[in-house]
Amino acid sequence: MALLDKLDTPFFREVGEIARFTGRFFREVTKPKQEWEEFVNQSYHIGYKTFTLVGITAFIMGLVLTIQSRPTLVEFGADALLPSMVSVSLVREIAPVITALICAGKIGSGIGAELGSMRVTEQIDAMEVSGTNPFKYLVVTRVLASTVMVPILSSLAIAISLYGGYLGANLKGDVSWSLYWYQAYKALIYGDFVPAMVKTIFFGFAIGIVGCYKGYNSQKGTEGVGRSATTAVIVASLLVFILDLIAVQVADVLGLT
Amino acid sequence: MIKDKAIIEVDRLNKSFGQNHVLRDFSLQLSEGENLVILGKSGSGKSVLIKCIIRLIEPDSGTISILDQDISLLDQDEMDLLRADVGFLFQSNALYDSMTIRQNLEFPLRRHWTKEERELKAESAVKEALEDVGLLHTIDMMPAELSGGMRKRIALARTIILKPKVILYDEPTTGLDPITGREISELMNRIQEKYNTASIIISHDMNCIRMTANRIIMLIEGRNYAEGTFENLIKNQDPKVGDFFEGL
Repeated sequence: MALLDKLDTPFFREVGEIARFTGRFFREVTKPKQEWEEFVNQSYHIGYKTFTLVGITAFIMGLVLTIQSRPTLVEFGADALLPSMVSVSLVREIAPVITALICAGKIGSGIGAELGSMRVTEQIDAMEVSGTNPFKYLVVTRVLASTVMVPILSSLAIAISLYGGYLGANLKGDVSWSLYWYQAYKALIYGDFVPAMVKTIFFGFAIGIVGCYKGYNSQKGTEGVGRSATTAVIVASLLVFILDLIAVQVADVLGLT
Repeated sequence: MIKDKAIIEVDRLNKSFGQNHVLRDFSLQLSEGENLVILGKSGSGKSVLIKCIIRLIEPDSGTISILDQDISLLDQDEMDLLRADVGFLFQSNALYDSMTIRQNLEFPLRRHWTKEERELKAESAVKEALEDVGLLHTIDMMPAELSGGMRKRIALARTIILKPKVILYDEPTTGLDPITGREISELMNRIQEKYNTASIIISHDMNCIRMTANRIIMLIEGRNYAEGTFENLIKNQDPKVGDFFEGL
């Protein structure tokens, strides 16, 4: 009992509520009659409308990583390894995590603010009294869209950042298009791609569920909506790092590193 | 025309929020075609009462029957189906601000009509509901482009699109100027005549109450404190009742 009393803190209560919310997501997602039209609509909003931001960031990320890594590699006479180093870094860690952080900011805050505003203006209640299940219509569709679109955005970010790396490698050096891609691709193994892609699925799910949880349970008032959006970003970003840490450990245990 | 058959029955309803006991053994009966007004001070539990009736809030105890069905015994699907017969007009209108007026009105149909029915009849149903509230020309506009009074009418059009047997109005004229408030009250009466709906109206707007009420229940301290027609209650000597009618 004493231990339970110690655990009865706002933090653990919040963790419990998020776990319950996630449980409800899995119950609703397995029931028939999904809102596919709204899922496609949300995928468009989450995916297509985030692509420009992710693309620009990924391009700069690849360019800067290459430019900054080059002098060190040159110092050790290993500048020929530049495409390999850049590709492994981007595929395994940098592109998925940076993409997830951008999505946590844009998608997490967007969902948190949208659902929070709908909660405060009774639009969610209006859906319920019209006989529509608002959880299925609003939450399930957004979480699924986020879970599907973040890995896709992350894959595109990898491709764009590698292209940025190619341009970076040619700013002060001379690497042919075919040689760059040959070396970048040759350095990668199955164990680089799979854990990276699998963890982006979890990133997408975490971003969606946290954004929806914060918005759906928003407190009354405009201040509450703002707080929902902000905390959605903070919690989702933190979860991205925690999940990344777990993914690295799991990949290590499975011998995928 | 009021008939005696009860369409909604609330029996000994209790609801507390922490130490705040807002409803205490509250009971009411709504007959077919009747306009029943619940009158009480702000924070007296009027909105909580109608949210319990539509099961947006779970009561602590007591029973609520709508169309002879005890709603506490219904599962989610059965409750959703019953909700087609119960319209709810929110105080804040609760229009979906990312959707056009047409999409707002079509939204309730998606649960209660099949895809084929929607393809065949949705357009005409939307237009009929908008004509009823005199705002057909707004069909492709966004809610943000409309005034407060227009938004209230659109919310009412969305409420009647499924032709419910009962409409629950949560402070329908609050925040509107007296002229628009009167227009909304007239509209409520017209809709009741056309569709023969019964209504529970939460309000403390005396003009609206005078125009719409067949019967008034005074909700004071969580209880059904007094009951009667507008004419009866205005003559009531009890100071708690009299306060509401002061100056009329």
